[in-house]
Amino acid sequence: MSIAPPRTLFDKIWDFHCVGRRADGRDLLYIDRHVLHELHAHHAFAQLEKQQRNVHRPDLTFAVQDHTVATKPGRNDDTNPSGTAFIKAMRQGCGKNGIRLFDIDDPDQGISHVVAPELGLVLPGATHAVPDSHASTVGGLGALAFGCGTSELAHILVTQVMAQKRPKSMRARLEGALGPHVNAKDVALRLIAELGVAGARGYAVEYAGAAVRGMPIEQRMTLCNLNIEMGGRSGFVAPDEVTFAWLEGRPYVPQGTLWDRALAYWRTLKSDVEATFDRDVVLDCAALEPQITWGTDPSQVVGISGRVPEPAAIEPSRQAAAQSALAYMGLAPGTPLAGLPVDRVFIGSCTNSRLPDLQTAAAVVRGRRVAAGVVAMVVPGSSSVKREAEAAGLDRVFRDAGFFWGESGCSMCAGGNGDRGQPGERCVSTTNRNFENRQGPKVRTHLASPATAAATAIAGRITDVRQLLAGAA
Amino acid sequence: MQPFVSHTGIAAPLIKDDINTDQIAPIMHSRSLKEDYKAMLFHRARLREDGSEDPDFVLNKPQFCAAGIVVTGHNFGAGSSRESAVWSMLANGIRVIVAKSFADIYRENCLQNGVLPVVLGPQDADAFIARVVAADGAAPFTVDLVTQRIIGPGGPDIAFDIAAADRTRLLEGLDDIGMTLKHMAEIVGWEGRAATAQPWLQSTQDSR
Repeated sequence: MSIAPPRTLFDKIWDFHCVGRRADGRDLLYIDRHVLHELHAHHAFAQLEKQQRNVHRPDLTFAVQDHTVATKPGRNDDTNPSGTAFIKAMRQGCGKNGIRLFDIDDPDQGISHVVAPELGLVLPGATHAVPDSHASTVGGLGALAFGCGTSELAHILVTQVMAQKRPKSMRARLEGALGPHVNAKDVALRLIAELGVAGARGYAVEYAGAAVRGMPIEQRMTLCNLNIEMGGRSGFVAPDEVTFAWLEGRPYVPQGTLWDRALAYWRTLKSDVEATFDRDVVLDCAALEPQITWGTDPSQVVGISGRVPEPAAIEPSRQAAAQSALAYMGLAPGTPLAGLPVDRVFIGSCTNSRLPDLQTAAAVVRGRRVAAGVVAMVVPGSSSVKREAEAAGLDRVFRDAGFFWGESGCSMCAGGNGDRGQPGERCVSTTNRNFENRQGPKVRTHLASPATAAATAIAGRITDVRQLLAGAA
Repeated sequence: MQPFVSHTGIAAPLIKDDINTDQIAPIMHSRSLKEDYKAMLFHRARLREDGSEDPDFVLNKPQFCAAGIVVTGHNFGAGSSRESAVWSMLANGIRVIVAKSFADIYRENCLQNGVLPVVLGPQDADAFIARVVAADGAAPFTVDLVTQRIIGPGGPDIAFDIAAADRTRLLEGLDDIGMTLKHMAEIVGWEGRAATAQPWLQSTQDSR
């Protein structure tokens, strides 16, 4: 009798979804849910029309307007004029192809990576694709998700599969209990700092360990969201009872007896104890303090009590990048991060715009005022998050403090909707990329958690949230 | 897709690691779906604050403005999945990118568009970069996919590896969707089995 070899959770999901192998050796991986957004989808719709090809499974395909939509209250198609053509083309393409679109005025509109999970369009053990590099955000629910380009998007529309080389597997064990006001954003930034911006290239990463088990779903999504910032092909957390409780009752999850059957299957979704990974890394998170980036890539990170590093003290191959980053960021080596004056704070994006992110930020802001001269924005990740936040009075907390409270969308993450900073501004942002010019020409972005961003908005300087709150106690 | 067999052209050095797609193809804030991909390529790096061309940027230099080959460092194409970061290369006549490594999605986007992504080991890459810098656009290099060689001034031919399947796809300009459509019966068969094994995967219904 042969015994099946031990398998990782990645192996189990991949093997189940592998439809066959193409002549060129690529696996054809079935995609259970495909979510489109307006910035890229119109190219694919045009391509299909030209080639006279049809969407194979419109019922498994969903679409959102997120990248180019304005965040201004009362917005419409034309509020951000540079988005109008994209928004209209999306509406037309979805209508023509029978795809359910969560349009600009839909109660379920929002950022794809926020909307799909909250609607239950993401299921444990399922595969998921989005033409966006942050697709693996939804791995926080135990789904295997892939970002892709526009040609691959068209490929999935026509065939419902992705033709891929099987990635290698990595396990990132995040051990220890997180300290107060430290969360998944800080853990992810530290991990990227340790592994580098290409440290997970070619890998599907399973996030495991006590720190991950202790995270609520929204934080697991933040963790998986940042997987691409170390080059990972996909990132996920094995589902557990926290996952199932979070999903139960959401609109698109199976109901009744089908739920029971799904649940029984989902409970089997874990890596076998004896399974081996191509790479295994461990990060002890117990002593981790809030983290923040000082440079222009997401691996250029220090603890909030840290200082801008001396380029000479950095690994030689990274020194030139560090020097160039310091010039762009207007920072001298040895400068403490805490205390740096800021011009702008942004709380939002697929990384950190879910209700608990806003609750965390609001708890810091409550009863305080944004420092004079600081422009502070909160942009909820979905229209549902916005409604729930408003029902809990969070919008009042933010607006009373002097924050802008916007309609849902990607907003200042990539500036595709016109929301951006002014040249030379220093901005603390809960987003995922501190690349040069991403949040506006010459804008200097520091990535941090919602708690750190909120504390910084109040103080007007980069601030250790623990000290701000301790000072008030 | 246009096939790639061989390309002879000027090679331009972009000697940095981690050049990301926000740099290669910034979001342009145009109001049109038909973007100017030629102008998009390295748009911010190409222009000075007053909007004039920055003469110091490599691809603005007279000897490199018609380059068809770019040589660069590690992790080229990191960041956003936007395919415009490849289309803007094509719009400028760039058919070959030689790098120490590529970000995964960017490399796939190259293959989808008939742009050859060549990965060289660190020693070969540094040697090639030195030759490109020394040539300074005065003489072309040939990147030949049939023989998997880079030929040009300043030294011996450099051999490169590429997966056989990727090579065939580029050489023949194969239609990626067309290749998969040959498997449609298997795909539909899988859907039938999945509908039994995990029926929740094969249907979507808003229960509200």
